[in-house]
Amino acid sequence: MTTYTTIAEDTRPLHHPKTWVGKYVWSQDHKVIAIQYSLTAVGVGLVALVLSGLMRMQLAFPGMLEFITPDAYYQFVTMHGMIMVIYLLTALLLGGFGNYMIPLMIGARDMVFPFVNMLSYWVYLLSVIVLMASFFVPGGPTGAGWTLYPPQAITEGTPGAGWGIIMMLASLAIFIVAFTMGGLNYVTTVLQARTKGMTLMRMPCTIWGIFVATILGLLAFPALFVAAIMMTLDNTIGTSFFMPAIISGGAALDHSGGSPILFQHLFWFFGHPEVYIVALPAFGIVSDLISTHARKNIFGYRMMVWAIIIIGGLSFIVWAHHMYVSGMNPYFGFFFATSTLIIAVPTAIKVYNWVLTLWRGDIHLRVPMLFAIGFIFTFIHGGLTGLFLGNVSVDVPLSDTYFVIGHFHMVMGVSPIMVVFGAIYHWYPKITGRMWNTMLGQAHFWITFLGVYAIYLPMHYLGFLGVPRRYYEMGDTAFLPESVHDANVGITIAALTVGAAQLIFFYNLIYSYFKGPKADPNPWGATTLEWQTPDTPPAHGNWGPELPKVYRWAYDYSVPGAARDFIPQTTPPGPDEKPHEH
Amino acid sequence: MRVAVVIVLLVIGSVAFHFLSPWWMTPIASNWGELDNALIITFWVCGAVFIALNLFLAYSVYKFRHRKGSKATYEPENDALEGRLTFWTAIGIVIMLAPGLIAWNKYITVPDDAIVVEAVGQQWQWSFRFPGEDGVLGAVATEHIGPDNPFGLNPGDPWGTDDILVAEGELHLPLDQPVKIVLRSNDVLHNFYVPQFRAKMDLVPGTYTYIWLTPTRTGEFEILCAEYCGRSHYNMRGLVVVDEMPAFEEWLSEFPRFGQSNVAAAATGAP
Repeated sequence: MTTYTTIAEDTRPLHHPKTWVGKYVWSQDHKVIAIQYSLTAVGVGLVALVLSGLMRMQLAFPGMLEFITPDAYYQFVTMHGMIMVIYLLTALLLGGFGNYMIPLMIGARDMVFPFVNMLSYWVYLLSVIVLMASFFVPGGPTGAGWTLYPPQAITEGTPGAGWGIIMMLASLAIFIVAFTMGGLNYVTTVLQARTKGMTLMRMPCTIWGIFVATILGLLAFPALFVAAIMMTLDNTIGTSFFMPAIISGGAALDHSGGSPILFQHLFWFFGHPEVYIVALPAFGIVSDLISTHARKNIFGYRMMVWAIIIIGGLSFIVWAHHMYVSGMNPYFGFFFATSTLIIAVPTAIKVYNWVLTLWRGDIHLRVPMLFAIGFIFTFIHGGLTGLFLGNVSVDVPLSDTYFVIGHFHMVMGVSPIMVVFGAIYHWYPKITGRMWNTMLGQAHFWITFLGVYAIYLPMHYLGFLGVPRRYYEMGDTAFLPESVHDANVGITIAALTVGAAQLIFFYNLIYSYFKGPKADPNPWGATTLEWQTPDTPPAHGNWGPELPKVYRWAYDYSVPGAARDFIPQTTPPGPDEKPHEH
Repeated sequence: MRVAVVIVLLVIGSVAFHFLSPWWMTPIASNWGELDNALIITFWVCGAVFIALNLFLAYSVYKFRHRKGSKATYEPENDALEGRLTFWTAIGIVIMLAPGLIAWNKYITVPDDAIVVEAVGQQWQWSFRFPGEDGVLGAVATEHIGPDNPFGLNPGDPWGTDDILVAEGELHLPLDQPVKIVLRSNDVLHNFYVPQFRAKMDLVPGTYTYIWLTPTRTGEFEILCAEYCGRSHYNMRGLVVVDEMPAFEEWLSEFPRFGQSNVAAAATGAP
């Protein structure tokens, strides 16, 4: 009888499918599931991108597109936000990158529960189908804003208050079921299936980011889940969790005693960690991109890991900074402003360490590195504007203005997307075995990077001026100069340009998949395990007959005395070598 | 190389944009200069960090870009440097947080001499109620709301008899007089927002919220709803007119008292 030292070494659960359907549809291979997750997320993300283009058209040219009524506009706003945050970013970073990278980077053959992993994807797909179906129900999708605040989310003054909101809440609940199945898998796999020698403090930052983000998700999503269930009950069988006695359409509704603010607490108890569910994987991934392409170990690895853990922990006690002007007990403001600004310290450490990794590096400005630098710039911007909104009294004039839109798009839209692009260019040769076109990659970077700054920098200033968000049109507003309209036109042109530039990206990926030159198995000279697989792309089971053994941390770049400027984690130490340890 | 130059240009461009753009805070019309000051302190601290970090980023990329034969330094940790960076970051945070918390304490502490006015939101319009000579707003409940009683005052509550009802979207406030604005919603969340006053707070159905401020200059200022409240959110406008005290009193005297209404008359049995 064989004994196994780790779960990951046990190849028995690896059922090798024989048919095309078994390999690519009902697949239990984490890599195929990752691709399924990614393609679905990007597909639904494109819907959200088109919706944002339509919103921008209305803001720049009010009334030009006749089908964008106020109802339609608010439906676009809502669906754009929800899709981007949940169904694109969360699904892509955890379901996509998490699935692909965890087993490969820790030296496992697959997730520990491959069947549950497969179910996770199919349930996620169901949540996407339910969400998309809401475009076709009577009254259309909900237009309650992505925060879905009651009472308006379920009263008739809001578009989609009938079917739309039910579909949205159902889709969210289904998504959370899917996430939980995937998330339990990721956490268990990281804890139980690391190969020999892969101690926690030898894991690449990518895995640390994904691991901690998944734990956050497992703790935070239940709050959204119960909020969705409670609102569904309020909406369908007349409970009053969130519904006080109110008037709607001229008549008193049959509710009393509920608290709209309770919903906001539940929503943001999920919603703030959600920011870090997106940000932490991006932090982790970008650390590895910077380190690899600067040929230098990530500066202060131990601090970087602890910063991820501390940020993750603190993210659970800052949620009410989204609610300074919500009418909650005003004394909460002191606590939440303090906890929020404290979180800036470990976050700033991370930024310093990224830049200090570049310092005295040997920086190869390849496309993934360009996106990593783009990330640092946009994240510095978005992080600093967070200090405005986190600091309770500074938030008062800025809350619910375009400043908020500018801030959160920079910090949790643009900067994670920069990392996503960088990561796709970085790992594409391993995933497909082909290399992309550099010129197209650079064009994609420059248009996207400069374009997004042209979109969001002016929004901060419109916010200082006081332009409120979620306005279908400004109409005649005395305090707004005519130049505000010009700003809207300029922003829209930049937004449409950036949107169109994504075609370059898709063209590059699709063309290179078929016609790109064959890629080297380790084109960047990276140390981490996923680059040391026997096959490129990695075969089912990842490692051939023998699991890799890990002898060193993930960042042995440019080690003095070494023959090359990187030493893979699988290379045993030389006779005189004492590898760096934590 | 190119990217280093572009980062520098973006920093210069951002600074130029700040000084050249026509968009900045509207001229203030209330006592909330402290909110502006806290914002401006935050702006300059963050602006300096933005410039310094990005210039350092650009310099690093430029100086250490790959050239033939170049090699990276091997330096896994530098605890002393990390400690210093943590310390100075924490100092920067305190510099921003302290004025913010002090201003917030003032923001939520209503002075004793403030007069009271209630702002009521209902999809998608504003109305207002003054407490009358007794200084107390009469009790209200959703169940009392009707065509004759849009404010939902309880006809049995004597404190409500002298309440002055301004059933239109224009509110006048006296100059230099602190005012506590009690906020109430009959249906969904709204937010009472006058950009020139800076102050802002949600109206929450089922409970009361408040802000306070002292108008510091006369003029007309728009009220914008700043919490999404349904399909006509963007049309939920109102107007605040800041008057000298005599003009304010004259304006207020034109509005009816709740005691004069049919509902109140029916409740007390008066003819």
